[in-house]
Amino acid sequence: MATLHPKLSEERSQTVVSSTKSVKLKIKRSNPNVNSDQQFDDFVVPIEKWTTVLDALLDVKSHLDHSVGIRYSCRQASCGSCGMKINGKPGLACFTKISELNSDTITVEPMDNYPVVRDLAVNMDRMISNHKKVMPYVIREDSEIDAESGIREFLQSPENVDKYIQFSSCIKCGLCNSACPTMAMDKTFVGPQALAQAYRYIADSRDKGKNKRLKVIDESHGIWRCHFAGSCSQVCPKGVDPAMGIQLLRGYLLGIRD
Amino acid sequence: MMVLRESIIMKIHYGTAIGALFLTVVHILMRLTQDFHESLQYENVIANYENIGYAVLLELLLILISVHGFNGLRVILLEMNQGPTYEKAVTIGCLIGMAALIAYGSRTIIMTSMGMV
Repeated sequence: MATLHPKLSEERSQTVVSSTKSVKLKIKRSNPNVNSDQQFDDFVVPIEKWTTVLDALLDVKSHLDHSVGIRYSCRQASCGSCGMKINGKPGLACFTKISELNSDTITVEPMDNYPVVRDLAVNMDRMISNHKKVMPYVIREDSEIDAESGIREFLQSPENVDKYIQFSSCIKCGLCNSACPTMAMDKTFVGPQALAQAYRYIADSRDKGKNKRLKVIDESHGIWRCHFAGSCSQVCPKGVDPAMGIQLLRGYLLGIRD
Repeated sequence: MMVLRESIIMKIHYGTAIGALFLTVVHILMRLTQDFHESLQYENVIANYENIGYAVLLELLLILISVHGFNGLRVILLEMNQGPTYEKAVTIGCLIGMAALIAYGSRTIIMTSMGMV
């Protein structure tokens, strides 16, 4: 097995910080474009109580090994870019404090159920494609722009908003799909992210595209392949409950919800 | 390939499960009409088959369990592998298996209830 950066492994970060505490960061390295080798590289990084996994990874990139492949952007759990497996559990690197992991060794791996691009960066095409398939927008014949009266609003009551508001918090980080056991087995399963978004729009009182969306998810690798493991809801960093959304969607298809 | 929508198939799946559960309870309760060991003696089992009501119950149970079981098998197999040819083979295979099991079981029930055994 090839060693990607033998001289840089096990090096100590040169970041000047007040902390005397450090952790070992084990990063899973691979580059499928070159070969199928996979290995863990270890780095010792200093931490403070507020240090996140993303901070530690950026510390490694800045001072120890700039070639570590990660995807990140906002650093505040808004963009959903830095999803990865942290100590075996899917999570956002920017939203996971090392001090809360209660471990001196932090293992970071790319998310399961996605093809690896390089190191911790994964290809999310499947999730985006399934997300598009459920038509994640309000569908209706008329428009908010009215020829006679100008712009109008499609009004909703607070009760109507309550029906879908938690599902609109989805940041498309893909952690739910990574945690889903069906996604691991069934390469064509639509996935909890897309199903939760299908529910988000179907439950929206402004939307008239219910039948179109139900047709998309009501197929042999659609909603019925969910076994309600509930792991999608456990790992969501934004408090979305895709498992509940899926059960509510099934209510429409079984005819027990309008 | 699928003629029925998946939601219709799953409604049948859940319906057959509930139906089979109910009929299994009736089937087990029938054992209580006499001593359990006695109920399983050859002559008593044959007599059960010759009771038309009980034969109908067994036939219904056979159909419900076959439909439910083979659809369950289809679902498991679809999750294990994917691809149009594979999925078509699984669906057709499960339908044939289901039909064969119902045909063979029905033959047994009919022949026994008509005293041909």
